[in-house]
Amino acid sequence: MSIETQLEGLAGGIPHGLGEGVALGTGLAEGYDFYDSALGQVIVTFNPEGVSSLDIADGFEDRYKERFGRPLIRAEAPKAWSRHIQESIERGSPGDLPVDLRSVTEFQRRVLHTTAGIPKGEVRPYGWVAFEIASPKAVRAVGSAVAKNPIPLIIPCHRVVRSDGHIGNYSLGGPHNKVELLLAEGAQPDLLEELAAHNVRVRADVSTETYHHPSCHLVRSATNVLDLRSAGAAEARGLRACPLCRPHS
Amino acid sequence: MEDLTKALATDLDGTFPTVVETMGSQLFWGLRRICGDHQEAEDLTQETFIRAYRALGGYEPARIKEMSLRPWLWTIALNLGRNHVRDRARRPTYVELTEAGKDDPEPVDNAAWDERLAALSGPQRTAVVLRHVAGLSIAEISETTGRPEGTVKADVHRGLARLRETIEGET
Repeated sequence: MSIETQLEGLAGGIPHGLGEGVALGTGLAEGYDFYDSALGQVIVTFNPEGVSSLDIADGFEDRYKERFGRPLIRAEAPKAWSRHIQESIERGSPGDLPVDLRSVTEFQRRVLHTTAGIPKGEVRPYGWVAFEIASPKAVRAVGSAVAKNPIPLIIPCHRVVRSDGHIGNYSLGGPHNKVELLLAEGAQPDLLEELAAHNVRVRADVSTETYHHPSCHLVRSATNVLDLRSAGAAEARGLRACPLCRPHS
Repeated sequence: MEDLTKALATDLDGTFPTVVETMGSQLFWGLRRICGDHQEAEDLTQETFIRAYRALGGYEPARIKEMSLRPWLWTIALNLGRNHVRDRARRPTYVELTEAGKDDPEPVDNAAWDERLAALSGPQRTAVVLRHVAGLSIAEISETTGRPEGTVKADVHRGLARLRETIEGET
């Protein structure tokens, strides 16, 4: 056999997994993997830009196909992220984990970035988010942006509640999951519902002369608490707004 | 190849998987024979396509249509191989990719060929592998490596002669 023919024989087939590896590396397909959460097993999808969606595992593929319609490949997340993903789910905030929000509008991105900053164990009304992104009248649009959050748990939309203080709806499997998550992180959903039923919007710490969102950790530890129906009512009493929870609405 | 660049120019995302299918085996096996390591060749092949895709995303369709795809991809591959770029941490790992390798057909006595090819000079090895394993023409190799066609021809010629001598010396 000539040397040329022998050299031709040194080639073979395409290596197994190359197409998938390239599809993931270019973002032509998204990878997905399973993680644990307070709501049981969830699926996280990712691409080179970051984590792009989170959903409960049951029925995931159909919902993903309908909403995002991208090819999916079962894969391990990039090593630099995999630990961050589990931690972000447990903490309820992205932290250093890159998130890919290209699937939503610029307005929705601003809503979700603000939502990501709500501390664990606390909640904020839709109107507060609208005020924080300097669109105070866009309360309904905020509600729909939160409902379309592609990365729940990591972007903690369960911490955004109705403007009347009631816990409200939740996209990830229904409202009972929202209550369960808030309970698990110590946000006292029963107390929040009760205060909402009595039209309490803010609570004042009389000793520090400040008023707060009812779930603000500063007022929760206060001993002398005054319940009020609005930030305006608190201002009228000469109380100062808490600089941490910013109870403007 | 011309049809492929034409299709790439109009539909990059839709056509790119076909580029991977068409060029994947020759890039992988060429790199495998040049670098002598299966895993490294897999990494380099994958990274070559990822870089190529990103680059193509920034090109005008007219430019893509005029490209010589094979020499262009091989230029990326050889540059990556030289720099030994291995930033695996940022990249997703296809789950079964880590288990792959054992099932891939390794048709010949690899150890012997790794040794024979390693004995060639760098330019000779590249020229011989691109010409006879990957199947590039002399002109394409010249375009890939930036060396004149006459030099490439001489590299292939001397490389083959050296391989023949080595094989004869083995028996």
